Amino acid sequence: MTISSASPAFTGRDPDNRLYGPLPDVTAEAGYEEEHPKRVGFFTDTSVCIGCKACEVACKEWNTLPMDDSHGVRDALGLSGMSYDNTGQLGANSWRHVAFIEQSRTVDLPMPTFGRPGDDRAGSGPSPAVAGDDVSLASAQQSVLNAEALSEFDPQTGQTGADKQIRWLMSSDVCKHCTHAGCLDVCPTGALFRTEFGTVVVQGDICNGCGYCVAACPYGVIDQRKDDGRVFKCTMCYDRLTDGLQPACATACPTQSIQFGDLDELQERADARLATLKAQGVETARLYGRDENDGVGGDGAFFLLLDEPEVYGLPPDPVVTTRDLPAMWKAAGKAAAMMVGVAVTAVLGSRRR
Amino acid sequence: MTGGITSPGAGWRQADRGPATQRSTGRKRRRGRGRHRGELAMVDDVEFTSYYGRQIVKTPVWKSPDVPLYLFLGGAAGSSSILAALADLTDRPALTRVARYTSGGGAILSVVFLIHDLGRPERFLHMLRVIKPTSPLSVGSYILAPFSAAAGATAAVELLGWFPRLKRFGGAVAAVFGGPLATYTGVLLANTAVPSWHAAHTQLPYVFGGSAMAAGGGIAMAFTPVEEAGPARKMAFAGAAIELAAMHKVENDHGILSEPFHEGRPGALMRAAQVCTAAGATLTAVAGRRRWGAVASGTLLAAGSLLTRFGVFEAGIASTKDPKYVVIPQKERLAARQQEHADTTTR
Repeated sequence: MTISSASPAFTGRDPDNRLYGPLPDVTAEAGYEEEHPKRVGFFTDTSVCIGCKACEVACKEWNTLPMDDSHGVRDALGLSGMSYDNTGQLGANSWRHVAFIEQSRTVDLPMPTFGRPGDDRAGSGPSPAVAGDDVSLASAQQSVLNAEALSEFDPQTGQTGADKQIRWLMSSDVCKHCTHAGCLDVCPTGALFRTEFGTVVVQGDICNGCGYCVAACPYGVIDQRKDDGRVFKCTMCYDRLTDGLQPACATACPTQSIQFGDLDELQERADARLATLKAQGVETARLYGRDENDGVGGDGAFFLLLDEPEVYGLPPDPVVTTRDLPAMWKAAGKAAAMMVGVAVTAVLGSRRR
Repeated sequence: MTGGITSPGAGWRQADRGPATQRSTGRKRRRGRGRHRGELAMVDDVEFTSYYGRQIVKTPVWKSPDVPLYLFLGGAAGSSSILAALADLTDRPALTRVARYTSGGGAILSVVFLIHDLGRPERFLHMLRVIKPTSPLSVGSYILAPFSAAAGATAAVELLGWFPRLKRFGGAVAAVFGGPLATYTGVLLANTAVPSWHAAHTQLPYVFGGSAMAAGGGIAMAFTPVEEAGPARKMAFAGAAIELAAMHKVENDHGILSEPFHEGRPGALMRAAQVCTAAGATLTAVAGRRRWGAVASGTLLAAGSLLTRFGVFEAGIASTKDPKYVVIPQKERLAARQQEHADTTTR
């Protein structure tokens, strides 16, 4: 079982998409019996995130994670100095990270009409105040126009002209629990494993701190706790799941930005939500990690974003590194054969003594 | 109320002037600095966005010098074991002895460095808990364990002069695992999300294989009487040529992802490696049959190999620290895919 199941990495023949591509039942692929639980996941709808960080706090509380600063330094209290985000990144001690981005743009809003409401309505008679008062009206309009011009002047940028809009993007990032998880693929000890819920979890008593998963994660999620030596990441509250509870972050989220449930159900919900937003004119909305044809076979934790992924610190097109592993093993095999060939040639080509 | 969100169209920019959130890569210009290759991949001035300039993938926690030294020692030991077995078969006792000592010593030391690099060194045996072809480190453990046992034992009995037949068997076992040990390390680095390592994933095994032969041959040359060291010279020369050729491809084939191999400290290491390896190879050809020439060229080749390992290692590390190496290639990949999609649908 183990040898045959592992062979795609060497042979490159992968009809069952064990290394790459859509995988309808990732839990069964990992070797669980027929009646395993359905795959669960997170749908993080950032359009309703208010950046309260209740998820971060709940996660730290439940999982007893140590304090760390925005660079992952443990037991340090530090401000990032860049935004409201002082968590900074996901890491060994931060399994939820609320990103905060303030954006502005210039827009050409239609100029407001002047005068009283209804004046421009066709067919309405002259209003009583107009009679014989053209001059005062003109001066009033003039002063309004000046006020309008003044209101367009932005003392911070020193610019006048088009209107400026501001928006805040907030998004609670988390381990993606990939269908094809790079960390899980490269773990040499079996410390990382696929749970019966289809999530990816580190076994702390097995991990020997080799750090391979840290380098292999295309999202930069998992990290080593320096003073401990082992690696840590989101478990999707494996302990709570086994007791029929929701993960701590989803439970704490006050706006249902973080939704937990069966993955297929969440995907349907996300598609509906995206359609709603699109219908409301939010053209920049998109789902991230939803597509099972992407480089990691789709994410167990996926997102509705309002801008490009890299704006939130997410990779635009992540690919599981083991997709290319058959090519690498082939190259290594050829290179090893080349070494033997060169050595044999060198020995045969040299006169004895 | 949600005017910002519901307004159609994009055009959103980072509001504050925080650390390089939206910035351009800046076109790299090379001033004519002598003998550098001129055809450095020119990177167009691309604007990209990031989250406050923060890196996206994590920097590997592998320590320097532990891991580069492991790569070097494993490579030198691997190629030496092949050389030792062949020299033994063709009755070259001095070369056999030197290559076996190199192989055994390198094997034991590389195990030490590998274990020292673990976050929990006392759990190193957990490496042999499972066998996973998807994990180069797992496969590597099953290469390194028999190799170091065989090479170490062979070197020990060589030193003590016991069990000549067992010695030959041990040497043969080590030689079988020697090649894979030297080249799997290329896969070890490439099978990561580290942009500049992964981009070179089919080339790094050749770089490391060539580098291993240059180092192993070089060390054997330096310590073996010149009349017996012919195979070592030839292997070292060929290895150096392969190392330079493969590394040239790594440094120039991958657009922006080749950039870290040219810049800063990794760039300096790579240039020093090239100088050492090229000089060592030339000197091997010119003066390798003289004692001083053999020592000098062997040392240069080993140094070149060592510097290559450090350079490749640090270039990968550097590529994780700037989000542009993640964002720009991935955006280009997405754009290419969309273009392809558009082409097929309009046809």
